Amino acid sequence: MTQEAIIQVNQLEKKYKAKEKMFRKNTEYIKAVDNVSFHIEQGETFGLVGESGSGKSTIGKSILRLQSISNGEIIYNGKNVFQLDKKEMRHLRTKMQFVFQDPFSSLNPRLRIGDALAEPLLDHGLATKKNVKEKVMETMEVCGLPTYHINKFPHEFSGGQRQRIGIARAMIMDPEFIVADEPVSALDVSIQAQIINLFQELQEERNLSYLFISHDLSVVEHLCSRIGVLYLGTMMELASRDQLYENPLHPYTKALLSAVPIPDPTKRRERILLKGDLPNPASPPSGCKFHTRCPFAMDICRRVTPEFKEREPGHFVACHLVDKDETNT
Amino acid sequence: MNNYFVKRFLYLIPTLIGASILIFFLYSLIPGNFIDTDPNLTAERKAELYALYGFDQPTIIRYFIWMGNLFQGDLGYSLQFQRPVTEVLNNYIWSSFIVAFASLFLTWGIAMVIGVISATKQYSFFDSFITILVFGAMAIPSFFLGLIAIKFFAVDLGWFPAGGMTTSGADYTGWAYVKDIAEHMVLPVIVLTMLGIGGLTRYFRTNMLEVVKQDFVRTARAKGLKEKVVIYKHALRNALLPAITLFAFELPALFSGAIITEQIFNWPGIGAIYMQAFSVRDYPLLMGFTMFIAVLTVISNLIADILYGVADPRVRVK
Repeated sequence: MTQEAIIQVNQLEKKYKAKEKMFRKNTEYIKAVDNVSFHIEQGETFGLVGESGSGKSTIGKSILRLQSISNGEIIYNGKNVFQLDKKEMRHLRTKMQFVFQDPFSSLNPRLRIGDALAEPLLDHGLATKKNVKEKVMETMEVCGLPTYHINKFPHEFSGGQRQRIGIARAMIMDPEFIVADEPVSALDVSIQAQIINLFQELQEERNLSYLFISHDLSVVEHLCSRIGVLYLGTMMELASRDQLYENPLHPYTKALLSAVPIPDPTKRRERILLKGDLPNPASPPSGCKFHTRCPFAMDICRRVTPEFKEREPGHFVACHLVDKDETNT
Repeated sequence: MNNYFVKRFLYLIPTLIGASILIFFLYSLIPGNFIDTDPNLTAERKAELYALYGFDQPTIIRYFIWMGNLFQGDLGYSLQFQRPVTEVLNNYIWSSFIVAFASLFLTWGIAMVIGVISATKQYSFFDSFITILVFGAMAIPSFFLGLIAIKFFAVDLGWFPAGGMTTSGADYTGWAYVKDIAEHMVLPVIVLTMLGIGGLTRYFRTNMLEVVKQDFVRTARAKGLKEKVVIYKHALRNALLPAITLFAFELPALFSGAIITEQIFNWPGIGAIYMQAFSVRDYPLLMGFTMFIAVLTVISNLIADILYGVADPRVRVK
């Protein structure tokens, strides 16, 4: 934890217009991301977990400025990403890359993969027309793609191969930081392992930093050094992997972890079952957003939003239960 | 691959035979003919003319005679003009073609530009403003739009001639002749473009919106490409794919004339001839022309399929 932060997210907020009512001034907003702060250290993998609709992808896309934000700031190596002008931003794009969830829609169907990989190199002047093919083939090999595929179109590949193309595309500019938005959830399990290993190998080789977005807690446990748990756009708990998996403090985290299957039929454990569905994000519950589904909800949870506080070094949580336990002891 | 084209080509034959049967028998269902419309003919003269034009034969036999001529490139003999149909068509079709071509060029060019801007700035002032404008233009009937154009630009302002294709009695030659025709073309081309632009603009806007939301456009942005490259190379090229089909269908439209607009601007095109042929029941001309358009339609369909394969690698391999 002595290393420097490569990404610093401060009080990030993203609102979407829900309905615009004619002749009425106040429009309804959906807060997809509500006051989220965290940082990512150089060379680490930060995991973001949460249900669908919890704002994971929105955070990922915001960090790379692939969409606008409503409030807050994102600092990359000391630079505020949203204050850069067009030219600086274009230059920064070579340093931070994105791997998409769906390997089928994230590749231009009309570009041969060799051309798709070469395009950013040529555009940024990182390669000449002479040596670009060499670089493309090198990256393809690193990402486990046989180089004879270079002239094929995306539709000629399987899902796993396409995701390798997606990763090669991100890697080719030799970035420092990569946002991987559920990169394995569209793949079947045997391929998932290969892709996760590829991510790890590349990280070791190139000292990359990742933001790894996933809803699969076993993948995150395998890959990430620190993990943030999101619920309805709010960070509920943030801790190192060991802290989170051995000593989860937030009831939501506990419930998520208890739902992870253990590959041992003789082991039994108590599962915490959550009632109901995710509330409508347009009108989130008052107080703690989780109180409607929390099995331990108290009166205060409905009224007061819990503070996001550090309980042990590097372990943050926003929950009144933990506050109460602390005052009792 | 080659097999596919041979197959597609062979399909043309039954399609065209089907079209010829429909065209011929539908026209023969209409009562009356060119000879009957002339009240001054005696019964004997009528019988004579019936025999001369083959109207006394049973319909089936007449169909096969017509088909036999078609195979030799003979579309029939126009009764009204007393000339072969091919000659009549050749005389008038090109004046329709130049107007249709100019308007096609403008319609597609403008619609593409507006569509792209509207899609990249969805719900902006430009988007709403242009939407109202193109829908307005599309909703106004051509005869009204045509007359308004004549009133303002020809009569009041005197910028352009009110009708016709050349200045009568001027007998220009060379470039002066070309310029004269171009001046006469302006108003009909504007009217046709305004009528056609609405639908196409919406089409491009929708296609672009669909493509712009896709991940591969986001990929292009994440690559740090310039916004122009993202929009024109990655997004627009993919948005244009479905338009290929639409574009191919413009081929028969290039030659089919614009009946109302040509009438209003007194343009000697095929649309006006077509209307005239109806009023005097010049069936050979009508049938020949319809068959000609049918052939063009079938061919343009084939071209669309081929172009689609060229443009979209996903279709190419299958």
